[in-house]
Amino acid sequence: MRFPTLASPHIAPNNDVSRLMKQVLLALIPGTLAAIYFFGWGVLLNILLTVAAGLLTEAVMLALRHRPLKPFLSDGSVLVTAWLLAVCLPPLAPWWLPVVGISFALVFAKHLYGGLGYNLFNPAMVGYAVLLVSFPKEMTQWGLPQGVAAQALGFVDSAMYVFSGHLPAGVAWDGLSGATPLNVYKTDLGQGAAWSSIQQHSVFSSLGGVGWEWVALGWLLGGVWMLWQRVITWRIPVSMLLSFTLLTLAFYLYDPTHFASPLFHLLSGGAMLGAFFIATDPVSSATTARGQLIYGAGIGVLVFVIRGFAGFPDGVAFAVLLMNIAAPLIDHYTPARPFGRKKHE
Amino acid sequence: MSERILYRFPGGFHPEQHKNESNAKPIRRAAMPAQLVIPLKQHIGATAEAVVNVGERVLRNQRLAKADGYVSAPIHAPTSGLVRAIEEHDVPHPSGLRAACIVLEPDGLDEALQAFEPWPDFGEIAPLLLRERVREAGIVGLGGAVFPSAVKLAGTPGTAIHTVLLNGAECEPYISCDDRVMRERAEEVLRGGQILMHVVGAGKCLVGVEDNKPEAIAALRAAALKLADPRFEIVAIPTIYPSGAEKLLIHVLTGQKISRETRVTERGFLGNNVATAAAIYRAVVLGEPLTRRVVTLTGSGLNAPGNWDAPLGMLASDLIAQAGGYQPDVARLVFGGPMGGFALASDEVPLTKAANCFLVLAAPDAPVEPLPMPCIRCGKCAEGCPVELQPQQMLWDARAGDFERAEKQDSLFECIECGICSAVCPSHIPLVQYFRYAKTEIWQREREHEKSSVARDRFEFRNTRIERDKQEREAMLAQKRAQLAAQKAAEPVAAEAAVDDKQRAILDAMARAKARKEALQAEKTAASEDAAHE
Repeated sequence: MRFPTLASPHIAPNNDVSRLMKQVLLALIPGTLAAIYFFGWGVLLNILLTVAAGLLTEAVMLALRHRPLKPFLSDGSVLVTAWLLAVCLPPLAPWWLPVVGISFALVFAKHLYGGLGYNLFNPAMVGYAVLLVSFPKEMTQWGLPQGVAAQALGFVDSAMYVFSGHLPAGVAWDGLSGATPLNVYKTDLGQGAAWSSIQQHSVFSSLGGVGWEWVALGWLLGGVWMLWQRVITWRIPVSMLLSFTLLTLAFYLYDPTHFASPLFHLLSGGAMLGAFFIATDPVSSATTARGQLIYGAGIGVLVFVIRGFAGFPDGVAFAVLLMNIAAPLIDHYTPARPFGRKKHE
Repeated sequence: MSERILYRFPGGFHPEQHKNESNAKPIRRAAMPAQLVIPLKQHIGATAEAVVNVGERVLRNQRLAKADGYVSAPIHAPTSGLVRAIEEHDVPHPSGLRAACIVLEPDGLDEALQAFEPWPDFGEIAPLLLRERVREAGIVGLGGAVFPSAVKLAGTPGTAIHTVLLNGAECEPYISCDDRVMRERAEEVLRGGQILMHVVGAGKCLVGVEDNKPEAIAALRAAALKLADPRFEIVAIPTIYPSGAEKLLIHVLTGQKISRETRVTERGFLGNNVATAAAIYRAVVLGEPLTRRVVTLTGSGLNAPGNWDAPLGMLASDLIAQAGGYQPDVARLVFGGPMGGFALASDEVPLTKAANCFLVLAAPDAPVEPLPMPCIRCGKCAEGCPVELQPQQMLWDARAGDFERAEKQDSLFECIECGICSAVCPSHIPLVQYFRYAKTEIWQREREHEKSSVARDRFEFRNTRIERDKQEREAMLAQKRAQLAAQKAAEPVAAEAAVDDKQRAILDAMARAKARKEALQAEKTAASEDAAHE
């Protein structure tokens, strides 16, 4: 009797890319729900817009590159990229902002590098960075969190505003939007205010910023779940958060009037999202065990430096992109040390 | 006995075990088929050389082929019968290779000859003689590696062996032949261990068995108690694939990590599969060569899975008929286990010393290769790799054709091809295939490089030789010319007195010096070029 000869192993696969991506999406839910609760329907609209535009862009690029549509559209990678970009964007941003961001991310940061698995940079962060540099005004119009904002918009009103720019009668934009805690921190500190007085601002709370702290804790929850499910490994998030915490702590202890506490830093901006969902993007991060420790620690240092001493209030996107550049080099200098081999053999 | 501290090797994998399909029933003796196809190469090393002729009648245990060199093994007849042919036949090989086989037609009489003198008191026999017996009995590693056991027993000169390791891990899913051997022939296994300890002068014998085989562990412990030999230690180790890889097993049992470059004997260990130990026992104590082995026939594509004690050379198709034949939806035949085994194109291949299992899978359990997605460098493969490699990096090297980087930077040759990386890859990339391909490419290049450098050497040597011949000829001519000149110079002396003696003497001396110099020069060049080629 004759049989087909296929390659080993002869067991059914127990994992696939789309399952991994679905797990990441599941892990994004707690943080996203917190974001919608505190910052309104605009967050959901951002997600819907990036996902729709992302799938469309992906399909067009796959068709242009003569790649099969079904396996690549259903692998879930576009959903993850789109979702990650969406939650970094200001809620109630005009509709074209998420659309431009995700399209640029997928065309330039993903497909021009060769598609899934070949991108040098994290596509979501490229999209974010391009929007931040090109449309600084739109990108810094953050909604005020629930409890601080004077008014709130329903879903339909939010959609109206996103697509037409018109607010319902009696609602003022100023009542909806304001500076983020990191923005306030940056500007006030620049004007010579002390950390203790900055904290009196209405967007601050005992842990971080109002709403922001819960969103950050949501990302943390999802991240820990991914660790438990072994979707990600501990090295990058732990090394990033550790280097970031140690630096902020050192400076806070050295000069508590001009440097915010590590807790504030950890629970505001993109620190948690970055540590668990963005820095851990396997394609663009370092891949060796020792390399991942260096890579994560590097991001932590850069986030601190950018937040503390550069022009932008938050630095996660730029820190990740900078370390993306370094990842191949880090991998080269941290090769595998095979079983039983001594350090310098 | 104090509890041994066990160590965890890096990575590893927990595949579905599927042991129960085959391990419940005792070993059955396979009925002798109408024909045995006995390959001349069933081991690592040189192909054995046939010592019987077509048409000759042979007896059971008679030697059919002799070992060709140090790393080789003889082959013996599993039963009496006629040698029908010595010809090429399909053998179990990943590429569907054909190889020389002795076709034996059993005559049903099963007449035997006593191949060797039984040595029940092996403790009295010199280790050297025992090693020779293991060689003459054709014993090779029965765990699947089929390395000639006698070569292993020679150890590493200058290093004493302190521990004999009997490997009963049997970590591949589905396979249970070692399990059954340990359960039913525990004493043979341990007596084999005693012989091994005696041969290498070891004072300890560790038997490592995965804890999914409690009956085997109990049987071995009972046998050790019966033998009243305190040198044995039967250790239940955690069930993690691939704990049966020798160096990983040593790590589990002792915490030592032995790198690829180091042989285990250099660290004082001698490892042998449990079935090999039992075969050594039979060769020494009963004087029987290796002509049979226990093989697992299992999988969802078979009607009656189990273990069979079968003669070497029995075709898989005959074995499968004894296991009740195929299920209607049979889809794949695998030689070995599902992780490290390879798919066979045909069941008309013989049972060899390496054959621990024929795995027959029905369609639902035989996954068709799914479309590989791009590598997303998720690192699942590196997490699972028991020898701490970065398969995702090696994949990039292999795909880019950067074999030098694969070898030097990413340590490709450390890969033991356990198959975990392929099994856990979410993108379904056949990583091990890439690594086998890369290794083969590197070997191929090395061979070509060697060939071309041999050719270059030959070409250069030819040039040198031509040059040397030319110089020798010139030197000879010069000498002759000098002689002629000297004669000519001598003749005119009588005729003309114009040339004075002094001038003649100078000319003579110059000619002589020139000849000597040229001869010397030629010799020197020849010598130095010879030296360059040594």
